[in-house]
Amino acid sequence: MPDSQDTKIHPRPASAGAQGAGAAAGANSPAVEFRNIDIAYGKFVAVRDFSLSIRKGSFVTLLGPSGCGKTTILRSIAGLVDISAGQIMIGGRRVDDVPIYKRNIGLVFQSYALFPHKTVFDNVAFGLKYRNVAKPEIKRKVGQALDMVRLPGSEKKLPSQLSGGQQQRIALARAIVFEPQVLLLDEPLSALDANMREEMRVEIKKIQKETGITAIFVTHDQEEALSMSDRIVVMNSGSAEQVGTPEEVYERPATAFVADFLGKANMLSGTVSRSDGPTIVTLASGQTVIVLSPKPLATGSAVTVVVRPQKLAVGGANANRLPGRVVSTSYLGGSAIYEVDIGGKTSIRANAAINGRVLSEGEAIELGFDPDDCVLLDEDGRRIS
Amino acid sequence: MTKAARRKEEGRWAWRLTGFVTLCVYIFMFAPIVATVILSFNASMFGGFPMTGFSLQWYAKLMNNDAVLTAFRTSLWIALVTAAVTTAIGVVTAFALVRFEFRGKQALSTLVILPALVPETILGVGLLVLIKAVDQPRTMLLLVLGHILLAVPYVVLIAQARMVGIRRVYEEAALSLGASRFSSFREITLPLLIPAVVGGALLAFTISFDNTSASLFWRPAGVETMPTQILSMLKISISPEINALGTVMILVTVGIPLIGGLILQSLTKLKRRGEPKEEVR
Repeated sequence: MPDSQDTKIHPRPASAGAQGAGAAAGANSPAVEFRNIDIAYGKFVAVRDFSLSIRKGSFVTLLGPSGCGKTTILRSIAGLVDISAGQIMIGGRRVDDVPIYKRNIGLVFQSYALFPHKTVFDNVAFGLKYRNVAKPEIKRKVGQALDMVRLPGSEKKLPSQLSGGQQQRIALARAIVFEPQVLLLDEPLSALDANMREEMRVEIKKIQKETGITAIFVTHDQEEALSMSDRIVVMNSGSAEQVGTPEEVYERPATAFVADFLGKANMLSGTVSRSDGPTIVTLASGQTVIVLSPKPLATGSAVTVVVRPQKLAVGGANANRLPGRVVSTSYLGGSAIYEVDIGGKTSIRANAAINGRVLSEGEAIELGFDPDDCVLLDEDGRRIS
Repeated sequence: MTKAARRKEEGRWAWRLTGFVTLCVYIFMFAPIVATVILSFNASMFGGFPMTGFSLQWYAKLMNNDAVLTAFRTSLWIALVTAAVTTAIGVVTAFALVRFEFRGKQALSTLVILPALVPETILGVGLLVLIKAVDQPRTMLLLVLGHILLAVPYVVLIAQARMVGIRRVYEEAALSLGASRFSSFREITLPLLIPAVVGGALLAFTISFDNTSASLFWRPAGVETMPTQILSMLKISISPEINALGTVMILVTVGIPLIGGLILQSLTKLKRRGEPKEEVR
């Protein structure tokens, strides 16, 4: 999918979305703004022509697979990575030549990175100390920050005496106590176990809302991105594929990559067989389906119909029906995931509520969806709009 | 059953043999040291067995031997200066070699280790020839510089090994919180390097304090270090005084690292306990 043609096309929808965000910020300058930045390590270009504007107080997630450049972008805001072209602005100020220790940003790492030889108090107080805050004030602010992350009274402990989740809370307290302009979170939940991860997700979001701090969050976990963000930037091979609210990127993926990366959508290739009146697509597996196209399509043009597994119903009276055979079933209690062979070497996945009996392997099944349940992509894998 | 019994018997003998060999190795290693220490308390005029009685007279004699005391002081000073300078150079070099990318990095890292690989005698002659070539006298400074040259590779290696284990994120975190590069080194990297710093300093001290062959080449006329003093005393006779001196040397070169290790251990223990002093800050 990420062939060279794709990467050339993608910066455009990214910057279009970005400008929308910038305009919404009103007269205030955005908290962070990227203007056509490139980041290269020698010959390897990690980030290409990336533009984005982040509104003050918003929670923005850079989401993508490993190696897509999301962490590199985050580190470039911090000044840990040099950009090779373009500009980065923090609070309207150009920071290309500002060293990291003068950028006033809070940074939370995947590995916590608490100073092992310093107590919790000294860890959290570190940033305040370098801002010449008076000692009683430091004490008060550290106490406040520890209250906020719900670890009051832990001042004298050493990081080694804390659990992973507690360490990450302290790291969060350390990063926000001096009220930085931006909070950068680099996969902060990846090192935690599943239960703790969910708890911390809520916690981080809550603290971000309370403090009103602008947060930029990097993750490869789509659930984290969808549940926490005001805006998601879906990244692939060094550029943004789509910028939008969680609902937008999930419901209306701009590209095949986004559709696949967020929630593993079914991608059914086909050709337009009728375009006067309702658009009808003949799938490669032989069935014809009625779809909604925002613009008239030429008969015979290749399209991909994207349907989320959750949108497929078993039986039912939907406009489109795909008969097939169950290849495998995973029973999840409230629903079941069916892997269904619909012919033409195509298998699709449905996550359907259980009404009546759970179908087992080899049984005949009919999956249905409505025209407005799907998204249409053109032959370059971009959403038709 | 008999087979198992035989195997058991064989196993027992194998263990006995292993034990015996181990014992021999230890005797071979430590007997000379033990002999030196024991003989230093011998009342006899001759520096060998048999013992004729217990006496501290050789230690008393040592205390009144000005040449020995001067040599001891000389060695102590040289070792202290060498340890201090070498540790500073070693830590900074290791930091540069691990944290930064620069041209000639590979060459530098090889060059730094080289003095440890070249035979000491050759290094000794080499430095001497160089000094003669530029027509400079042999001074104390030359001797100290030579010792630093000898000790730097070991300190760099120790510090490098520790440095590799200190993850870069600590420094990045410190920088992001507003500490300058120097502050983050002083507050974060250096404290985490402390075991290597102490270990390197102790090793440098011992290397300098023990050094014989290179010192023979480099010392200025009339200056003796402890090892060269012992050597010149041996030329005259094997006096029991040498045994006493040897015992003192052993105490210094074994004792100092031992004490250093203990101090380090108690320091880390104190930290683990949560250091109540920190509250005041």
